[in-house]
Amino acid sequence: MIGITAAGAYIPRTRLNREAILTANGWFNPALRSLAKGTRATCNWDEDALTMAVEAARDCFGGEDRCGIGRIVLASTSLPFGDRQNAAVVAEALNLGGGIASMDVTSSLRAGTSALAVALADSNPSLVVLSEHRQARAASAGEMAFGDAAAAFLTGGGNVIAEFIGCHSVTVDLVDHYRASQDRFDYGWEERWARDEGIMKIMPAAIAAALVKLALEPGAIARAVLPFDAASNRRIAGKAGLREEVVADSLFAEMGNAGAAHPGVILADVLAAAAPGETILVAGWGQGCDVIVLRTSDGIARRPAGPGVRGHLARGRIEANYNRYLAFNNLIEQEKGIRSELDKQTAVSALYRNRDMIVGFVGGKCSACGTVQFPRSNVCVNPNCGRFHTQEPHPMADARATVQSWTADHLTYSPDPPNHFGMVVFAEGGRLMMDFTDVGKGEVDVGTPLRLMFRIKDYDDRRGFRRYFWKAAPLSPAND
Amino acid sequence: MPTGIKDKVAILGMGCSRFGEHWDKNAEDLIVEAYEECLDDAGIETGQIDAAWFATAIEEQHVGKSGIPLAMTLRLAYIPVTRVENYCASGTEAFRGAVYAVASGAADMALAVGVEKLKDTGYGGLPQRSRGVVNDMFIANASAPGAFAQLASAYRTKHGVDAGDLKRAMAQVSVKSHANGARNERAHLRRVIDIDTVLKAPIVAEPLGLYDCCGVSDGAACAIVTTPDIARGLGRHHIVSVKALQLSVSNGIEASHNSWDGSYLMTTRKAAERAYREAGIKSPRAQISMVEAHDCFSITELVTMEDLYLSDDGHAWRDVLAGDYNADGRIPCQIDGGLKCFGHPIGASGLRMLYEMYTQLLGRAGARQLADPVLGLTHNLGGFPHQNVASVSIIGQLGA
Repeated sequence: MIGITAAGAYIPRTRLNREAILTANGWFNPALRSLAKGTRATCNWDEDALTMAVEAARDCFGGEDRCGIGRIVLASTSLPFGDRQNAAVVAEALNLGGGIASMDVTSSLRAGTSALAVALADSNPSLVVLSEHRQARAASAGEMAFGDAAAAFLTGGGNVIAEFIGCHSVTVDLVDHYRASQDRFDYGWEERWARDEGIMKIMPAAIAAALVKLALEPGAIARAVLPFDAASNRRIAGKAGLREEVVADSLFAEMGNAGAAHPGVILADVLAAAAPGETILVAGWGQGCDVIVLRTSDGIARRPAGPGVRGHLARGRIEANYNRYLAFNNLIEQEKGIRSELDKQTAVSALYRNRDMIVGFVGGKCSACGTVQFPRSNVCVNPNCGRFHTQEPHPMADARATVQSWTADHLTYSPDPPNHFGMVVFAEGGRLMMDFTDVGKGEVDVGTPLRLMFRIKDYDDRRGFRRYFWKAAPLSPAND
Repeated sequence: MPTGIKDKVAILGMGCSRFGEHWDKNAEDLIVEAYEECLDDAGIETGQIDAAWFATAIEEQHVGKSGIPLAMTLRLAYIPVTRVENYCASGTEAFRGAVYAVASGAADMALAVGVEKLKDTGYGGLPQRSRGVVNDMFIANASAPGAFAQLASAYRTKHGVDAGDLKRAMAQVSVKSHANGARNERAHLRRVIDIDTVLKAPIVAEPLGLYDCCGVSDGAACAIVTTPDIARGLGRHHIVSVKALQLSVSNGIEASHNSWDGSYLMTTRKAAERAYREAGIKSPRAQISMVEAHDCFSITELVTMEDLYLSDDGHAWRDVLAGDYNADGRIPCQIDGGLKCFGHPIGASGLRMLYEMYTQLLGRAGARQLADPVLGLTHNLGGFPHQNVASVSIIGQLGA
């Protein structure tokens, strides 16, 4: 039996109030009013498609052993690197080891379902991560509609929670929108044309064809994961012969549309609440359409490892400051001050040498005295040991930690001042003076429990590079 | 056991430039200003100097690397000149080099110069710098006040001090230094302030406000040292000698091992213990006449009073509020205004502190002269509380 063995998701904590978008831009584009309800998930300044991918994968793993993974597939249209395999960064951060296959699947919003379909085609244990951080111009409909999020799935044979029944794809070069390789923003054609001549003709037909191919009656579908807003999804379902009530929540009200990651996030949400024996249809859209059919097994009763979609939604914090969103997304020319001018060039030779430490947060554990320490070094830091060359690599990203001391620093440059940081002490041993993230005023004090999160440390805008490291976030029930 | 440095070396002369924002001066001008005073005080000529040590921390900002800038500026006679850098202890390191050269017999007269020209950075505070290719990839994005602010949260947690009480004690540290600085014509900041001004100032790094942070200044200071015998031979009767020079450098325990609680400076304690031993001081609270502590931030000075064993653990905040370290207190601290008000040109600061102790010991301090000082202690702390360089030096009346 091949299928999904675990599912997880990640939604950034910040939820931009859509009303704030309207307040700022309604004078220019009054039509935004029709979309100005609820919130959309938006990355913190130090998050992107890769950091979200890592967090979604961790949500999916829980404490599960990662050793058996043979392949990582990363799907997104908003990957930070055009030529440096993005999946390799995620694999390094997750300490998956070097002996795996890896690929990025990109350049269409359908990338998420396509990646999942590729992985489900064989029994190679795979990590499939769908992650999206789409940019939109100020005052655009996309700014209202998009949401940042990621989903992750483990696939393979054996202990599945949802069996892969089959899939069906069609490919049509319909340009409802496009984004040239060098551009930040989409260019879209008239929505009514895209909907009536494109989506509503192609997707219902593809769903119907998939059901025929898999010898399923429309009534057999218990849940349908469709990639658009609720009204469009209902129309598609109706045209495909599905009951409207099987259409899963689009999460538009809280999260927005997560592009290539969207079907994955909804699927993760559906799986978290599903009972055994439910047939689930997942459709992805972009230059045609993928239709994947799964059936939940008895394994679905296993409680998901992490907080999942609902947990991350509960962790949300409303952002009413539209200007901060603009600044975080480089949508405004901001005076950042002289302290922002420090050159952030990365010596990639040094990064390579130290990649497990920097990207994977791997410290050291002394084989002589057992002391855990970060960074791993040649000489044990334990004053009663001090042995040379005894430290074994010791992953620490999931270690329990608390605050020993902290400050909120207004002087150092941060895109989100003041920069909170402090001495992070790990329960199993080891400590590090670290930056904090996702922390608001008054949310941290001595003793506050922390969870490490994979984040962007610095942007090197001159060279188009960004470097990643781990930061500490206050632990909440939702990200525990 | 080493016999130590006590009374082996005398200070023959010292000089110190005005500290401040010297928009009209190069680093070389500041060196010359301090050196002319020093040379005059020592009563010798440049050609008599056998070796020199030159301290500057952020050299890329002004004079550049090596001993060459000092030799060129003072037209030294092709003697050995060594540039030293050890964060905020750099000036003290130059002094240590010169003193050790004399003590060893390698030099009869040695020169120590420290300089820093910080006001060409374009920054209000210290410039933001790279900390190394690998370090930049993982160390926290911290300013100096942010790093030292860590002491406050750890200290109040360990000792159960109310955040408001600690903030008030920190404020008193600065109020005291401003009162002292106002009476020193060479100080950078010379305005008397009150506690309310400190408490209401904008926050720089929680809980440190603007007045909890020392100034960033341009300045230079220097010393010429020799043996007590040579000093006597030059007609000196009142001789100030070196009693102890100790340095302690973090080895990573504070940064990486959970045995340190973040509320004090391990290095300062080690250096202080060794310095008291070297100087033969049994009871620092009774014997130390005055202190110039590294008050880069108010909280640093506060915990340093405990690290120097001048206050009991957890009690420095009460002692500060009680006025123990005021000019008329138990042990006057920062009698010249300290880093807080005299200013902090990094490479010069250690020598500036020694200059004040020397001035006081010779009874030359004018309006701020303390009564009959015998031993003066200076303390430098460079880096971050979890990873730093600390020096403790003691000078005093020869034979005391």
